[in-house]
Amino acid sequence: MSVLLSVRDLSIAFGSHMAVERLSFEVEAGETVAIVGESGSGKSATALAIMRLIEREGGRIADGSILFGADAASDLARASEAQMRRVRGNRIAMVFQEPMTSLNPVMRVGGQVAEAIMRHRGLSRAHALEEAEQAFERVCIPEPKRRLSQFPHELSGGLRQRVMIAMALACRPQLLIADEPTTALDVTTQAEILQLIRSLQSETGMAVLFITHDMGVVGEIADRIVVMRKGALVEKASVERFFSRPFADYSKALLAATPRLGAGGPEAPAEGETVLRVENLTTSFGTGGFAPKASRRTIVDGVSLSIGRGETLGLVGESGCGKSTLARSILRLVEPDRGTVEIGGRDWTALSGDRLMTARRDAQMVFQDPYASLNPRMAVREAITEPARIHSLVSARDARDLAVSLVEKVGLEADCVDRFPHQFSGGQRQRLAIARALSVQPKLIIADEAVSALDVSIARQVTDLMLDLQQREGLSFLFISHDIAVVERVSHRIAVMHAGRIVETGRTDHVLRAPRDPYTRRLLSAVPRLPAIATEERLSGQYAANASAWPEVEPLSA
Amino acid sequence: MLKYMTRAGLKIVITFLAIVTLAFAATRLSGDPINYIAGQGLTQADRDLLVTYYGLDRSILEQYLAFMGSFFDGEFGLSFVERRPVSVVIAERIWPSLQLLLASTALTLALAIPLGIVAAVWRKSWVGSAVMTLAFLFYAVPNFVLAVFMILVFSYWLNWLPVVGNGTWAHFLMPTIAMSGLLIAGLTRFTRNAMLDVLGQDFIRTARAKGLAETEVILRHGLRNASITILSVIGLQVASLAAAGSVVVESIFAWPGIGELLVRSAIQRDYPVLQFGVIAVSIAVLIINAVVDLAYTWADPRIRLGEA
Repeated sequence: MSVLLSVRDLSIAFGSHMAVERLSFEVEAGETVAIVGESGSGKSATALAIMRLIEREGGRIADGSILFGADAASDLARASEAQMRRVRGNRIAMVFQEPMTSLNPVMRVGGQVAEAIMRHRGLSRAHALEEAEQAFERVCIPEPKRRLSQFPHELSGGLRQRVMIAMALACRPQLLIADEPTTALDVTTQAEILQLIRSLQSETGMAVLFITHDMGVVGEIADRIVVMRKGALVEKASVERFFSRPFADYSKALLAATPRLGAGGPEAPAEGETVLRVENLTTSFGTGGFAPKASRRTIVDGVSLSIGRGETLGLVGESGCGKSTLARSILRLVEPDRGTVEIGGRDWTALSGDRLMTARRDAQMVFQDPYASLNPRMAVREAITEPARIHSLVSARDARDLAVSLVEKVGLEADCVDRFPHQFSGGQRQRLAIARALSVQPKLIIADEAVSALDVSIARQVTDLMLDLQQREGLSFLFISHDIAVVERVSHRIAVMHAGRIVETGRTDHVLRAPRDPYTRRLLSAVPRLPAIATEERLSGQYAANASAWPEVEPLSA
Repeated sequence: MLKYMTRAGLKIVITFLAIVTLAFAATRLSGDPINYIAGQGLTQADRDLLVTYYGLDRSILEQYLAFMGSFFDGEFGLSFVERRPVSVVIAERIWPSLQLLLASTALTLALAIPLGIVAAVWRKSWVGSAVMTLAFLFYAVPNFVLAVFMILVFSYWLNWLPVVGNGTWAHFLMPTIAMSGLLIAGLTRFTRNAMLDVLGQDFIRTARAKGLAETEVILRHGLRNASITILSVIGLQVASLAAAGSVVVESIFAWPGIGELLVRSAIQRDYPVLQFGVIAVSIAVLIINAVVDLAYTWADPRIRLGEA
């Protein structure tokens, strides 16, 4: 095999900050190399540097070379803008993470694909559109002709990503750079897209540079792996060698923190009182205030479930299945149409006004986005004690003491309470969100994708914290996630949701080992699996048990 | 689409009714018109005669209905001052006003959008700063100040341009600039912000990753998207131009348009003309808004095909 791309001593700077330092790796023709790293590792900056789009994002290539081409390699780091325009979308193409925002919303998708073809292959618009139709066919878009004249908002996330791939492959590039192309997609869609990239690769012989943070995806698609951390190369290896004998400590820790399906869940709690009982809950949304009953769409459809004291119920399902609406209906943040919700023995559906308000202290919620769910203008001590103050559980004088005890409970330093949310990293903010929920000593916490936005090591720390709190305080959790491996780690029981209904519930190991419902089986088979690791004990011995000892990424200012 | 237009049409009818009623009520609230029409020192008999003549002795409801009825007689009543049908008085003012409005709008669009794009694309160089400084300066100058200043320089000192009237193209220069100065400045700033917003989005990176030239990226992908937000502001601005701008600028340059007519009939208490003048301007604003709404649905396919 010949080397197609050779990155040598590449350094990338944003202002005076070095995002990547002296990175070197190769991609051979026809192979798939995965660049893996957590946020801030410089993996996306590397991809943009190869495309020379980094300047547009405010960065620059400070040093090093990017040799591209099988025979007469040219240095992209020194290429002119005109030369780069002939490379981009033609010899090197790129697919981005967010299919929702990566397509021009006011342009028909056919036109967007044709644009690249017209530019690089000099075809007329009509010819280019014919080519675009074929490109749609290659990426298995149903009804390609009709899709050409549709706008992005008319397509699902999976279809949009297929359009992106069709666009990237339209000029048959030698190298495809895929920057987290499946991160925003559901597991079943992710499995389809990975399968598609693999088959197109074997068909066209192109090389793929795959950027991801997901070890499972690496195991599915890559031949070789490049691990990065804080802008530096940590390890280069073949995928087989990496998963069986990772050299670098960081690689070992990364593998240990990666949740893997089938690793087992927590011990079952002692039988206790029922904290949450939901019966036949149904919620529907209309298109407007005066929408007739018939035009309402049922989002949650006759859901029944229960959670005992000290128990975690994991709720899994794909986006749009109604998980979040169910959570909001339980807490009456949206009004359910019918059904009953009982929390701590009180029938919430029968409560209103002050009595509902009083009841609310029994159940709290932790949201997905730790950046958006804390008011940036509120100091931590105010933010995390606000629920307690609303419920008059704490006087203004004692609020600070409460705040200190809460942050200590979630593993942060006492002096955190006088800081503001922007001074914390994502994982720390999620700890603060949990502290806020704890301030009213709730019986139930609903965590809606609470760790989905975090890096694996940080997510691991946050779920460990939840398990720890549960042990100590007998808390019950409704843990909502699309990531089944994470759910397995924290849940005693699992409920699988599909199209508004719970299709299967049961003990975690039962549902995952012997799923009864066909949808559950489909969902589970789509989850990317890590290759078996021979030396699992050795790995987990040092790191898995002590994930909280990981240094978290330092906040920008203290 | 049909549903959308029906809804838009219904909105216009309701808004129009509200405007007509407000125009009527505002006039009634401003005092006794007879004093202004005939002056002081009338005999009671003459006064009663006038009150009956103008229908002011009837109940408010009857007056309102009569006022509404006058829409259908085609004349809209009689001007107190000119003794001619209001419809004729207003009709001859429409074209000059429209000319000035179109000229100002064209000048605004022709200057503000390219300048806004330039300011966005070269925001870090002196070109962008220069454009923004100028825009800031003009944004701070009210149109009557700009008008008077131009008259001083170009008519009084240099004697290049005529001050009053609308005979030749030279007559258009100063009123058009005076009308649009503020708008050009405002729209330039807005276009810049809208472009910066769009140029920072993911699909612009996609467009560049395709290998498109920068002009294609900026115009086809950038401006096309920014035009959605720009359009909404143009609607508001042109509407304010039609209403407020014309009143001030037409008065200063004695431009024989509706704005000048409004000011004059307000001073002369010519209520029939004032009422229908206000209504005429309101109709213009409604039409502009409707056109912008339609353009908006054209520019944004998410509205065009959505459940609107």
